[in-house]
Amino acid sequence: MDRVNPNARSDAYGSRINRDHSPVLVYSIPVLSVLAASMLPSLILASSVPIVPPFGFLMLLGWRLVRPGLFPVWAGFPLGAFDDLFSGQPFGSAILLWSLVMIGIEIIEARFPWRSFVQDWMTFSMVIIGYILAAMLFSGADVTIPGIIAVGPQALLSLLLFPIIARMVARFDRFRLMRVRTVG
Amino acid sequence: MAGIGALIGAILLGLSLFNPTAFSGARGVANDAARPLNEGGAVARTTSQSWYDSISGYYRAGSQNAELKREAELARIRLAEADALQGENARLKALLDLSKDEVEPVVVARLIGSTSSSARRFAYLGAGRTDGVEVGMPVRSPRGVVGRVLEVAQNTSRVLLLTDSQSVLPVRLSDEDVVAFAEGRGDGMLQIRLINLGINPLEEGDVMVTSGTGGYYRPGIAVAIVTEITSDGGIARIISDPMATDFVSVEPIHQPEAITTASIAADAPIEPETVSDDTADGGGDSE
Repeated sequence: MDRVNPNARSDAYGSRINRDHSPVLVYSIPVLSVLAASMLPSLILASSVPIVPPFGFLMLLGWRLVRPGLFPVWAGFPLGAFDDLFSGQPFGSAILLWSLVMIGIEIIEARFPWRSFVQDWMTFSMVIIGYILAAMLFSGADVTIPGIIAVGPQALLSLLLFPIIARMVARFDRFRLMRVRTVG
Repeated sequence: MAGIGALIGAILLGLSLFNPTAFSGARGVANDAARPLNEGGAVARTTSQSWYDSISGYYRAGSQNAELKREAELARIRLAEADALQGENARLKALLDLSKDEVEPVVVARLIGSTSSSARRFAYLGAGRTDGVEVGMPVRSPRGVVGRVLEVAQNTSRVLLLTDSQSVLPVRLSDEDVVAFAEGRGDGMLQIRLINLGINPLEEGDVMVTSGTGGYYRPGIAVAIVTEITSDGGIARIISDPMATDFVSVEPIHQPEAITTASIAADAPIEPETVSDDTADGGGDSE
């Protein structure tokens, strides 16, 4: 006899009977998405001004704010080291800044445990503007007035990207938690 | 735990700011590994660019045609003049017994990417040590200077673009003997600083070319067009925008002897062993 609704025993992540998450997906998707996002800006040729948002950092922030507790606080160290290989910043700049940001968000979270999307966006905006200015300071480039004006579009673009990044992370998270492994 | 990570990061950052070439090995391996991906990106970029150009070309076909006809007319006259000059040049060179100054490029390759999110302006070149690229070699496109090789890996190399704020290039006016330095401003323009201060001889639209001082670049390669006059020189736009170029050529260093001599301190005893020292100082362009 056929069931009336074939999806009755399923949820957004697949069937709830006889299926489980794949550990490979659960652990690899967040890390791989940040690594891929770190490599993305190096594909684009921008000779005059830094226009492309630091995607790796945005992705890390996205995971940290949308899925708190997923990345450990020390995740800034290995992920930042990888980002430094491609970003053109002196090696160590992302290790330091990403680690500090992870610690900072941990403190903000302890202070404001219940937050709305808008509050997350505000945290994100503050962090990203601070990050872009600090990265410019640490890059070894001369900090000049034209240089600071030149990163304006990049900062604006980055903080407008948060809703998109947050939805991307949510999609990745659903994919990550798909019940694809057959149990028993 | 995370505090230790941040501390290590701070130490590494200090090290790399103190010695910019410190982690070039790790960077080189990473960029070599990412090269196929970047090559794909470069092909997609140039293809989509030419596609866009051909569409936008249709919109301006009529007025462009008329303008081009006028320009071609003028260019034909200039060409005839240039022919005459070339003849004269050849005769004078024969008199001075100078050899032909055309150089063979070391390699012709694609710019496969750049540090588009960092405040530093580096580009990645799809050729490295195996193709004969060495640190310090000038990189140019058919239009003019693009930059200078800063780090070399097996199959990729990192190029310091002219627009980087640490790039300094000795230039002169194309038609007069006015020498200056072209420094990157960090916002895509070049700051032209005249060496002899006095009455500013620059005008808008002047073309700056390499002067050959310092020994890295051949003299006479186009660099930038002056767009704005300031009290100590001007602000110029680069002629060879790497974004619009497909292939670039890496040329041998113009006068390696000049560079090795310059890298030896004035009071140091002259020892032939030290001549092979690496002349690049990583971040800066010490010409």
